[in-house]
Amino acid sequence: MDKSPKASHWNDSKESWGKYPKTEAVVCSLKSRSQKISDAIPLGQEELSYLAYGQGRSYGDSCLNDHNLLILTEKLNHFIELNPETGVIKVEAGLTLKEVLDHVVPRGWFLPVVPGTQFVTIGGAIANDIHGKNHHVAGTFGCHIKSLELVRSDGTQRICSPHQNEDWFRATIGGLGLTGIITWAEIQLKKIACPWISRETLRFHHLDQFFEYTLDSDSKFEYTVGWLDCLSQGAQLGRGVFFRGNHLLLKEASEIKSKKEKIKTFPFNAPEFLLNRFSMKAFNSLYYHTHPSKKAELVHYRPFFFPLDGINHWNRLYGKRGFFQYQCVVPFEGTQSPIYRMIETFAKSGLGSFLTVIKTFGKVSSPGILSFPRPGVTLTLDVPNEGKKTLRVLESLDEMVMDAGGRVYPAKDARMSKESFKKYFPERVEFEKFKDPHFSSSFWRRVT
Amino acid sequence: MKMLIFGATSAIAEAVARKVAYDHGDLFLVGRNSETLDLMAQDLSVRGAGRVGKANGDLTHLEKFTEWVESAAHFMKGIDVILIAHGSLGEQKELEKNSDLAFDIFNVNFISAALLAETSARYLEKGGRGVIAVIGSVAGDRGRQSNYYYGSAKAGLECFLQGLRNRLFPLGVRVLTIKPGFVSTPMTAHLKQNFLFAKPEVVATGILKAIRNHKDVVYLPWFWRWIMCVIQSIPEILFKRLKL
Repeated sequence: MDKSPKASHWNDSKESWGKYPKTEAVVCSLKSRSQKISDAIPLGQEELSYLAYGQGRSYGDSCLNDHNLLILTEKLNHFIELNPETGVIKVEAGLTLKEVLDHVVPRGWFLPVVPGTQFVTIGGAIANDIHGKNHHVAGTFGCHIKSLELVRSDGTQRICSPHQNEDWFRATIGGLGLTGIITWAEIQLKKIACPWISRETLRFHHLDQFFEYTLDSDSKFEYTVGWLDCLSQGAQLGRGVFFRGNHLLLKEASEIKSKKEKIKTFPFNAPEFLLNRFSMKAFNSLYYHTHPSKKAELVHYRPFFFPLDGINHWNRLYGKRGFFQYQCVVPFEGTQSPIYRMIETFAKSGLGSFLTVIKTFGKVSSPGILSFPRPGVTLTLDVPNEGKKTLRVLESLDEMVMDAGGRVYPAKDARMSKESFKKYFPERVEFEKFKDPHFSSSFWRRVT
Repeated sequence: MKMLIFGATSAIAEAVARKVAYDHGDLFLVGRNSETLDLMAQDLSVRGAGRVGKANGDLTHLEKFTEWVESAAHFMKGIDVILIAHGSLGEQKELEKNSDLAFDIFNVNFISAALLAETSARYLEKGGRGVIAVIGSVAGDRGRQSNYYYGSAKAGLECFLQGLRNRLFPLGVRVLTIKPGFVSTPMTAHLKQNFLFAKPEVVATGILKAIRNHKDVVYLPWFWRWIMCVIQSIPEILFKRLKL
């Protein structure tokens, strides 16, 4: 029956960034990249399933392993090598993107792909095959991995690359940590002249205009993304703000003095009564109107890529019940895009979102078997957890995504059904051959 | 900065070394685990350190002390700071029952650290400059039933450092006693972490600042000075009844 140890054995309650679901686990730590997994597992806990845990920045439960074991990778935080000629960096997988960026930017390099936060680990970025504002030209993070080491529960260590153990490489990129533990990786960095981004901000009054902007910009700008007012309807359906940018090419620009970063902390979980349709509508409207209709400026890479990193614990905004992040991609079909219907449905649903992001994915395909991005349009909603009502609305979005032949992003998911996962990811059958039999996650048990 | 670190693989020492590397300083690492030392040396070089040397060995082997200091001085062409960072908490209940284990705890936390400080002093006083920074503990401020082996070793160490500081002052060598409170490190991994726990990086910043500012004694983070002030002021007649 239940093999799990008594409740007193759970030595840690872990949350992901979405603060939902709440879980308990036995937590242990890999002491170095050469330590065998079996030596890290506390005595008597071998029967539990394992999962590597980095910074817990996934939104849903793909980084959690309820009533099982989490193996922290925080001690794998060493740089191994940086080749100043080729820009190939070899690092341990527990380092965060921030630590890597802080180190390489002054030396004229940048990570090839960054997500919306720099507080994720390298291992997490690979396991979720993250993408960024440059997906239309650069593809996913996994496209830039030269090689990585995969350690399995049976004690084997494999160096995987596009040329060596290729099938293991493809399974591990976007493999949600289920193929074993990534201990180190070699990443091809991109050359930059300075830490500055030349950014243009354009307001769009309708979703149609977003598509015009993005179509026009994707060839000229490396980074493009749109923020949507998800609560406006009718003639203003999907109005928002479009951001596009390129790395500044001037060397002299490194001399520009940047303002000292001020990190604020969200002090406590916001009370739930503050999160209502009125406050969200006010916020969305304010955000839209406070942005100029057109503006060009120089900004530091941090506020450009990681605006929310300026507020520690910003997830407390959604109260102690947490929130869902819903990210889907649907094939690009112009005005026929189901995105229109989804936004309309959401705007009418009575739910709200502070942060709705829209972006086009390009054709660069990832080596990852379970990698999420596909050519098309991706829509991301932050939705406060209001229980059943929220789940129902997200279910209805799921149906639209399925009809359109799209998929939902596992790294951000805490609620998709088995059936949905099966339809979204027919590749899972091929993937399962490479899953480590001792590894599992709350997400994996939910969707299989 | 040219820094020699004893117990270099400890979490606090590693955090200090990374900050020195960031400023392109030279480092010489002494520690027990040669694999971890290699990993660290590689990491520190990538992070920007100038020269990174290492020696591995047991820090209770007194006969090696002079050799380590001399090879570090030779390797870095001088030494500015010697950080003595090793320590072992021990399991109080076990120590009460097993004198051999207790002897080791005194040996590591007091005898080894004190004699390393003296060996360091012999080298630095020749040049008439430099800093000896030693990691003590707030646990040395008052004996408590929960860890008086570790605590008394650290208390002895602090007294030793006071004397050494006094002796070295006219010779131009400074002695810094570092007294961290709870720090989230492997040493304290088994304890329930709460708001009093500081990150090794925070403590490391404090150590380097104290070195720059010519401090004699520093509590890290700062609030421990006041916590320990309260704990020290409780009369023994009351204190002996407390469960601390």
